[in-house]
Amino acid sequence: MSLQVDNLTVYYQTLRGDVQALEDATFSIADGEIMGLAGESGCGKSTLANSLIRLVPPMRFVRGQVRLDGEVLPIDDARRMSDYRFSRLSVIPQYAMNALNPTRKVGKMVAELLGSKGVDFAAMIPELKRRLDLVELSHDVLKMYPIELSGGMKQRVVMVLSTLLNPSLLIADEITSALDVSTQKAVAEMLVGFRDRGFVKSLIVITHDISILYQIADTILIMYAGQLAEKAPTDVIIRAPRHPYTKLLIASLPEVGVRYAKRRLSGIPGRPPLLLDPPAGCRFRERCSVAFEKCLEAPPFVELEPGHFVACWKELGEDADA
Amino acid sequence: MLTLEHVSKVYRVGTFGGRALVAVHDVSFDVRDGEVVSLIGESGSGKSTIGKMILRLIPATSGRIVFNDVDISTLKGPALKEYYRRVQGVFQDPFSSYNPIFKADRVFRLIRDEFFPTIAPSEWQGRVEDALRAVGLNPGQVLGKFPHQLSGGQLQRFLIARALLLDVEFLVADEIISMLDASTRVDVLNLLADLKSRGLSILFITHDLSLGYYISERAVILYQGCILEMGATERIFGTPLHPYTRMLMASAPRLDKKWEQVEIELRGKHLESAAGCVYYDRCPEATRDRLCRTQRPALVAVDDDHFVACGRYA
Ligand SMILES: Nc1ncnc2c1ncn2[C@@H]1O[C@H](COP(=O)(O)OP(=O)(O)O)[C@@H](O)[C@H]1O
Ligand SMILES: Nc1ncnc2c1ncn2[C@@H]1O[C@H](COP(=O)(O)OP(=O)(O)O)[C@@H](O)[C@H]1O
Ligand code: SF4
Ligand SMILES: [Mg+2]
Ligand SMILES: [Mg+2]
Repeated sequence: MSLQVDNLTVYYQTLRGDVQALEDATFSIADGEIMGLAGESGCGKSTLANSLIRLVPPMRFVRGQVRLDGEVLPIDDARRMSDYRFSRLSVIPQYAMNALNPTRKVGKMVAELLGSKGVDFAAMIPELKRRLDLVELSHDVLKMYPIELSGGMKQRVVMVLSTLLNPSLLIADEITSALDVSTQKAVAEMLVGFRDRGFVKSLIVITHDISILYQIADTILIMYAGQLAEKAPTDVIIRAPRHPYTKLLIASLPEVGVRYAKRRLSGIPGRPPLLLDPPAGCRFRERCSVAFEKCLEAPPFVELEPGHFVACWKELGEDADA
Repeated sequence: MLTLEHVSKVYRVGTFGGRALVAVHDVSFDVRDGEVVSLIGESGSGKSTIGKMILRLIPATSGRIVFNDVDISTLKGPALKEYYRRVQGVFQDPFSSYNPIFKADRVFRLIRDEFFPTIAPSEWQGRVEDALRAVGLNPGQVLGKFPHQLSGGQLQRFLIARALLLDVEFLVADEIISMLDASTRVDVLNLLADLKSRGLSILFITHDLSLGYYISERAVILYQGCILEMGATERIFGTPLHPYTRMLMASAPRLDKKWEQVEIELRGKHLESAAGCVYYDRCPEATRDRLCRTQRPALVAVDDDHFVACGRYA
């Protein structure tokens, strides 16, 4: 088991109260697993990613435990976490492309990052060049400033950079979202290549684009309003989802081959609740067509079949006598 | 309704504008009444430039854009104002169309002041509310709010409601879906489809092929300012002929099949060639045909409403 997360709960402290962005997340990722993480914007995907790496204010650790390769991570202690960051687990944050330091050449940036981890840059150069070759980047990028690189090139630089020390876990947050379909495919396949070559043991790929996850992920975890809704092998999520939200989400996706004139897709009526004061129980309740009294309690995330987890009272058979 | 005839756009770039950048090259196509045409291409292919020329935000360098038999570059004064009442644009980043210090519904007051100053305030209010309901918003929930208090999808729909109030005939929709979540996305797409069935013509600019397929009758495939393929949506998607179109199709992530192991050229394979096909340096088919390097293939008809600019079909 690469990663084991138990009851992880993280809020944002604001003047108006806590934003309950991540509530009792419990899931695990196996060695070699590429887990896709999807859900509408604002459902807590980035919060989950960032809290595993750098849980700093306004984020507030409420409860839970995270183990990486069996070792408990001090995620509520950002200083101690720096021993793990980049070497044991790495994140490519959303908008990382734009966050590259514009005044540093790429090579210098790599050297500084390695230096901060006590790793000798010169000794890493052959491996660095080998990896640039793999992502089809010329070694010249090391002498270039970020502004001289296209979006797709920057994204590949960030990928190489964040995996240079072979972390156990890489979290890639929306790294394909701003790219053309052609670059998107190349970058997504490179992530798989990184796993296949053992640069990373396992991966969390965050995107709101489920069709990309269908291409590269082994499993998909669906979140809704700060709660986990469903996790299953990719084909099961796409073909046989069980959570009412996942079903609606999958049904709303346009595909090549679907014309509105022939088959009109339907959206999901309503909007997600505000997380400042979310409703008690299942947070999908207000939009759910099969909700019943039991849903006033938060449904547990239960493994209904091997590898298939669902948080829905209906699927748990709780409505049998209702 | 709207026709582009040999339209080109050259930007002057570099210090003192010393270098010419051909953003759009000799583009001709038309959008008929009540038709949705998708303009599809990688970023930088010139899609927004075409949209901006249609909206007269920038002039064409050469060629003509004709709206209902009138060359739009000749429009002035009241005629230009009338053009803007009939032709409007909605853009990718809905937030950029709003001034954060004003309430979002100011966009409606502005068009009243501009176009309908004689309509009584109460009647105007009624029209605004009707338009909001038509785009699936609850007026009571969205009026009087600041932009940051509304979601991207709501702001996007505000802009479509504004187009409805103007009773526009032609809408340029530039990547308006890409910022939205899957569920909201379908709602906005369906809304456009409904407006189309009421007679609105739409130029639907996107880099997402599945969205283009869902909504449009015809598609125009653009690369480096040139049309490489165009025609009926079924033909383009059913039998894509240009290697560029095929590459786009193969890369688009789909839910019904997994990516094939096609090699995508991120770096040009061949040396760039000014004279030949614009896709030459990335084209996997090019080596077989020497003419690709030296001759720019013309856009030729290969079937009913199916055109392709590739040496293999010349
Ligand atoms: N710095 C912050 N302060 C307060 N609330 C925040 C902050 N960052 C995110 N949130 C809220 O937390 C929730 C989850 O956000 P996020 O994890 O970014 O979602 P996602 O990545 O799925 O789009 C949202 O409701 C968002 O508004
Ligand atoms: N105002 C401008 N000045 C100079 N070059 C521009 C300008 N606007 C766009 N371009 C260039 O024109 C080309 C086409 O851009 P654009 O129409 O925005 O493409 P798309 O919308 O397909 O991404 C690009 O190479 C872009 O860099
Ligand atoms: S727990 Fe209840 S409200 Fe939540 S998804 Fe299941 S049936 Fe719907
Ligand atoms: Mg995010
Ligand atoms: Mg554009």
